[in-house]
Amino acid sequence: MRVLVAVKRVVDYNVKVRVKADGTGVDLANVKMSMNPFDEIACEEAVRLKEAGIATEVVAVCCGAAACQETLRSAMAMGADRGVLVESDADLQPLAVAKLLQAVANKEAPQLVLLGKQAIDDDSNQVGQMLASLMGWPQATFASKVVLGGGVATVTREIDGGLETLELKLPAVVTSDLRLNEPRYATLPNIMKAKKKPLGILKPSDLGVDVSPRLATLTVAEPPRRAAGVRVPDVKQLVDKLRNEAKVLP
Amino acid sequence: MSVLVVAEHDGASLKSATLNTLGAAARLGGELHVLVAGASCGAAAAAAGQVAGVSKVLQAEAAHYADQGAENLAALVLAQAGAYTHIVLPATSFGKNLAPRVAARLDVAQISDIVSVLAADTFVRPIYAGNALATVKSGDAVKVITVRTTAFEVAGQGGTAAIAAIAPGPDLGLSRCVGRELTKSARPELAAAKIVVSGGRGMGSAENYSRLLDPLADKLNAALGASRAAVDAGYAPNDYQVGQTGKIVAPQLYLAIGISGAIQHLAGMKDAKVIVAVNKDPDAPIFQVADYGLVGDLFELVPQLAAELG
Repeated sequence: MRVLVAVKRVVDYNVKVRVKADGTGVDLANVKMSMNPFDEIACEEAVRLKEAGIATEVVAVCCGAAACQETLRSAMAMGADRGVLVESDADLQPLAVAKLLQAVANKEAPQLVLLGKQAIDDDSNQVGQMLASLMGWPQATFASKVVLGGGVATVTREIDGGLETLELKLPAVVTSDLRLNEPRYATLPNIMKAKKKPLGILKPSDLGVDVSPRLATLTVAEPPRRAAGVRVPDVKQLVDKLRNEAKVLP
Repeated sequence: MSVLVVAEHDGASLKSATLNTLGAAARLGGELHVLVAGASCGAAAAAAGQVAGVSKVLQAEAAHYADQGAENLAALVLAQAGAYTHIVLPATSFGKNLAPRVAARLDVAQISDIVSVLAADTFVRPIYAGNALATVKSGDAVKVITVRTTAFEVAGQGGTAAIAAIAPGPDLGLSRCVGRELTKSARPELAAAKIVVSGGRGMGSAENYSRLLDPLADKLNAALGASRAAVDAGYAPNDYQVGQTGKIVAPQLYLAIGISGAIQHLAGMKDAKVIVAVNKDPDAPIFQVADYGLVGDLFELVPQLAAELG
């Protein structure tokens, strides 16, 4: 079975982003970019399915600017067999990405699409669910365990208050949570090998998808800062301050 | 203008997140309806009818809504969607799972995790783990929205809305729930608690986590939380995680015990009214957001704190 894994190029999770002074967005000039951490987990899961003999081919797909080729090479260095870039310099919003992935899924006919549960830049948490909806497929979001067999995916999900296990008919969409696995580091030989793996490039127009943004960003601002607090020397004074100054304890 | 809130409930009552969502929906103006779908949800529907501002409750009952699966619920919401300008859900695991399925089929953008309503089409939402706030305007005919529940007051009581039964949709049979393991706790719900006691990597073990924090949480009638590091290390269950990708909390008092304060953790708790940090590292970033910082060994300070609270 073929597994499709969608990956996004985002600001590295260690970078402290700064809002531009003119309020038009965050400053992305000379900032380190990486694969979205949740997508790394999705990619790792796909590669493990191949190593377990369940998946026959892992195809990584990325939507975005030409630089996303790096992200696809990272996915291939982890073990994806080939990459597909849907290249666009437009502001690709979740609905547009879901439609692009739908078009790619229709071409590639995977039994499973794996994605991260959310991207750490826009924090939308939408694309996997939108893709499943557009395909008319079942979904399991926030997955912490995935077992495939007998035409179904049995997926444990992290939900508010605990865990839930769903049985999905394949084909299906699964989005990864943090504890699904721990992604591997790509080895140097695998990074070299990844450079020779096939990487196809498509345009949204090739797929017949209109990617016009639906949400206009009017401004981007810094959140209000918390005023610096005080150090207290001991527990007695802490409790006194909480009772009499902050008044949050009776 | 007409707003549909999709209720998160357990059949017997509405989840508190639904009440915050109704509080946000009331800011949109217009008529406010609530959809309650379940296997047996009469009591929850009745509770929705008593919320101030609600003018109608749509109740759909069918066995295949028992597990609140996104596939069947999305189809039900879509069947009602034509009558509404806004479809609003809480940004909980329930709402985040369901809302994008509805938005995609309506061919509209979803506006995730709003913290403020500026106009019926203009909202503020955090991006980059809350390090920036984006003001976005939707050009779509229908706005599908998820609400950061901590950013809105709960809606009040006193409504007398009629409850209308609506026809359930078919069972699509795409997925089924085969098991649920819910954390049983007598403590307040983490996302809605007035006081949260949270432990980090500094706790050192699952045993220390419960030995030190349980008595403190008991004294304060607090919910327990944890940093990602503590959850990953197995000190606390996954649904205790506070942060960018875990629970977002905004209690009156947040006690961060042995938590260094990674950006991703701060994203989940920096809207607390008062933050207390206990950490042995005086340079830990948590002290930059803490109102009261106590530097020292948590293994000595936490029992002292529990004792001092009597």
